[in-house]
Amino acid sequence: MTDHIITPTIENRPVEFTQAEIGWTPWLEPLAEDDLTQAHLVGLVEASRAKSPYFRLLVRDPAVLEARTKTDKDIFYNTRTGLPRAERELAATAASRSNGCIFCASVHSRFASHHSKRGDDVQKLLDEGVDADLGERWNAIVAASVALTATPPAFGDDHIERLSAAGLDELEIADVIHGAAFFNWANRLMLSLGEPTPAVQ
Amino acid sequence: MTTSTPDIIDLLAGIKPGSSLDRIRTQRPETREQAQKSYLALFEPDNFGDVSLVERQAIASFIAGLHRQPDIFEFYVSPLEESEANRWLVEVIKAEIGAAQAVGPYGQYPAGPLSVEEASGPIYQVSNAGREALGAKLAAALEHAHLLVFHLRDASPKALQALIDAGWTTDGIVTLSQLVSFVAFQIRVIAGLGLLAASNRRAAA
Repeated sequence: MTDHIITPTIENRPVEFTQAEIGWTPWLEPLAEDDLTQAHLVGLVEASRAKSPYFRLLVRDPAVLEARTKTDKDIFYNTRTGLPRAERELAATAASRSNGCIFCASVHSRFASHHSKRGDDVQKLLDEGVDADLGERWNAIVAASVALTATPPAFGDDHIERLSAAGLDELEIADVIHGAAFFNWANRLMLSLGEPTPAVQ
Repeated sequence: MTTSTPDIIDLLAGIKPGSSLDRIRTQRPETREQAQKSYLALFEPDNFGDVSLVERQAIASFIAGLHRQPDIFEFYVSPLEESEANRWLVEVIKAEIGAAQAVGPYGQYPAGPLSVEEASGPIYQVSNAGREALGAKLAAALEHAHLLVFHLRDASPKALQALIDAGWTTDGIVTLSQLVSFVAFQIRVIAGLGLLAASNRRAAA
C-alpha cells in the first residue's frame, strides 16, 4: 500500500476553545481494526482504544504507544498522594491552551471542571487565555505550566517559589511539572497527525 | 534492549540516589519506569523499522539544541561524535541548530475568534549545504521537527505530504512524531525536576 495523506473536509470546524465533546480525525491512515495483531493490542493497553482512529494510528509503533499510554495514566490517575486530579488536569489544559491544541484542551478542561467543580474558572482560562485570573493557587499552576511549555522552557526558580507559596509541596510541584510536560508530548501528536471535528449534535 | 541503560531523566536532571528528588520520583515508580521505557522504545527498540538509529540521534540532538539545553544536546549527540562514520553529522546539525533558533509557541489559528491570538515566527528550511549533506529524508525530518517544536499549531496535512515526498512512510512518520513529542516531554521533565532538585539543595544547605 502506498503511503498517503488524508485531507478531510470538515464543516463547522471548531475555531475556539471549548469544553464541548468535539472529535478528532486523522491525516494519515490508521491501521484497520481487523488488522490489529496481539502486539498491537498490547500497545493499545486497553482493548477499547482499538475503536479510536488516533490510537490505531499511533499503534503503528506499538512499543512507544504502550509506554506513552502508561506514562500518561500514571501522571494523571495516580492521585493517592500528591496534587489533586483537578489541578493535574488544569496543568494539562494550560499547556494545551498555550500551545493551541483545541482538541486536547477540550478533553482536559472537561476533566478539570468535573474534578474541581469550578467549570466557570476553567471556561475563563479557555476564553481569556493563560493570563486569566483564577485565584492565586490556580494562577501559579497555570503560570508554571505555561512557562514550562515555552520553547526554550522559561520555567524558573520564581515559578517554584510561587507554587510553594501557594501551598504546594515538592511532590505536588513535581506533579505540575509532569502534567504540563506530558501535554507537550500529547499536544504535538494531536496537532500534527490530525485535526478536531465538531461536536455531534 | 539493554538493562544497563541508566535512568535518563535522573541522569540529566542531576537526581542523586537518596536525594529528596529521588524520593519524590520513588513515589511515582510507574511514571519513572514508563518514561524510561518510552526512551528505550525510541532509542533502543527491538526493531528500528523505517527510522535508523543515526536518524533518531540526529533528530533528538537537533530538538535538544532548539530547546537550548546543552547537557541534553550533548547526551544525544555524543554517540554520533564517538562514531567515525557519523561524526560529520555533528557539525551539520550544529549549523542547522544555529540557523533554526526561535522562541515558541507561535503560529496561526483557524479563522475565527482566536485569530487575534495569532503570533508569527520563522518558518525554518534546512540550508542548501545542510540538505546536500543530510539528504532529503533527514532534512525533511528536521524541518518537521522545527514545526513541531516551535509552531505546532501550524501543522497540516501538507507538512505530512512533504515528509512522504522525502521518502517517509506512514509508520516512519508515526515514529518520528513520537520521537519529537517524547523528547519535548523529556526535556521539560528534566528542566523542571532539575530546577526543583537545585532549589531543594539550596534550601537544605
